[in-house]
Amino acid sequence: MQTAPFVPTIRSVGLNGLLVTFGARATDAANRAAIAFRAEVDALAWPEIVESSSTLVSAFFRVDLAEHDFDGLKLRLTEVLSAKDWTTTALPSHRTLWTIPAVFGGPRAPQLAEAAEVAGLSVAQAEAALTTTKLRVLTLGFAPGQPYLGTLGEEWDIPRQVGLSPNIPAGALVAAVRQICLFTKDTPTGWRHVGQSAFACFRPSSTTPFPLAPGDEIQFTAITDQELARIEAHNADGAGGALREVLE
Amino acid sequence: MRGLIVHNAGPGVAVQDLGRPGFLAMGLTNGGAADLRAVHEGAALLQQRPSLAVLEMVGTGGAFEATEDLRIALTGGVMTADVDGRAIVWNASHAIPKGARLTIGPTRTGTYGYLHVGGGFATEVSLGARATHLSCGLGALVAAGDTLPVGPDTSHEVGMTLAPDSRFTGGTVRVVPSMQTEDFDIAIRNRFAQTEFRRDPRANRQGIRMDSDGEGFSNPKALSIVSEVIVPGDIQITGDGTPFVLMAECQTTGGYPRIGTVLPCDLPRVAQAPAGTSLRFEFVTLKEGAAFQARANSDLAKLTAAVTPLVRDLSTMQDLLSYQLIDGAISATYPHLDEGD
Repeated sequence: MQTAPFVPTIRSVGLNGLLVTFGARATDAANRAAIAFRAEVDALAWPEIVESSSTLVSAFFRVDLAEHDFDGLKLRLTEVLSAKDWTTTALPSHRTLWTIPAVFGGPRAPQLAEAAEVAGLSVAQAEAALTTTKLRVLTLGFAPGQPYLGTLGEEWDIPRQVGLSPNIPAGALVAAVRQICLFTKDTPTGWRHVGQSAFACFRPSSTTPFPLAPGDEIQFTAITDQELARIEAHNADGAGGALREVLE
Repeated sequence: MRGLIVHNAGPGVAVQDLGRPGFLAMGLTNGGAADLRAVHEGAALLQQRPSLAVLEMVGTGGAFEATEDLRIALTGGVMTADVDGRAIVWNASHAIPKGARLTIGPTRTGTYGYLHVGGGFATEVSLGARATHLSCGLGALVAAGDTLPVGPDTSHEVGMTLAPDSRFTGGTVRVVPSMQTEDFDIAIRNRFAQTEFRRDPRANRQGIRMDSDGEGFSNPKALSIVSEVIVPGDIQITGDGTPFVLMAECQTTGGYPRIGTVLPCDLPRVAQAPAGTSLRFEFVTLKEGAAFQARANSDLAKLTAAVTPLVRDLSTMQDLLSYQLIDGAISATYPHLDEGD
């Protein structure tokens, strides 16, 4: 079925800024557009914009709208917006590819089998999907530095479970709605606990307090419980055995 | 060390400042004091920069001792206060001699009281600010046995006051339309604007629940939205139709629709409303809201010039003392502050 393309919208967010939205639903294309558009506007370095961020489908530009006129800024953003098709624009360069070791299933990640069943996969197929799909940091939020990663195949469009799991630990990989979230801290959640890493998403006393950025790519590799325990025993910096590589 | 010894502290006493901007993209919200106007008032009373750190106190303050002569100012929700047993006036600056014992609390009106020191609290800076943000592991509550370092002071002036403000007893706050306002039917928006709300005791630095009689404000069209940016002052409507005003420590994004956003200059009125106080939300256009906010910003900039000597004449002083004594509604909010969403 052919649907009409979504026309990007520009809306005010309180008196705190302008939001440019690229989709009504969380699609991969809308997320790529939001990341690419934010990078383009950041490069223009308009003095009115004090900071920017991107969500699943939008780019946000923080501006004091008591001081700067909304309509004027909306017009200028519209000009940038109409210059190209942002859903097909390349992501910014110099993003990071992370390879993060994690345990899938077993006592450290006990809901892999359940998630696989809901997705209609065998446990082996589910683990293979999670360790071969290159995921992108769609956005950071809910807790500092915490990434929402996507996008998994359609079979992973699994709903949140009805009840909340009371306390899923920091470093957990949890799955729902074709995304993986990598928890910054212990969190009650309706997402299913499919993997466990020792990667710290927020390192407040480090020189890189937020290791991940929107647009970064993530590759998970499967390790054993013993290997995870060994990483955890020497993990003062929170790196969790991850490798990083800058993408051209 | 130049500092303030904490002999005891209430359950919600923490160092705050204007917050920690610049990390929205990383999922870290601005945070900072719940009543930013109070931070500016304290700075004006002590004739120093509003960026200096202060103590935010909920429900009650504590007992403190100066390690050397200090200047202080007290602002925000009014609490009882004395130095070595002698009552001192709220909304004013005072000298605290070395070794004197300053006792603050409980709350008499409002919710958040502030203790400012000449030179500001010089606690450790983390990610560019001293603001305590407990849920993110930045800083900790102030506790008995702590000594809070105080920065160098550049002035000796004390005994100054500011005219009391009306923001501690609820009232009407102005709201601008926000990104999802039009996802709510006009009938729901109108009913929202006509409803008298009460501040629920379930409130904390993340958000404040608003109670009302009658049905809720959820709108079927607004239920299935994608998670989107949150800013302080956003009024989110949860699945059961209850409004929450999101405050300094709100998350950076969220999946509940927002019916509007409280003007930053009116947010202290929401923060300070004691549990049970009535509040109304009045929609203004974006242009009107921008003009109100610009005027409020310019008023804040004039606070420094608005301070007057506390003992200018006897009638003024008696007036201030009676203001503190007759407005005696004790807040019962603090045991609930860690509950909520």
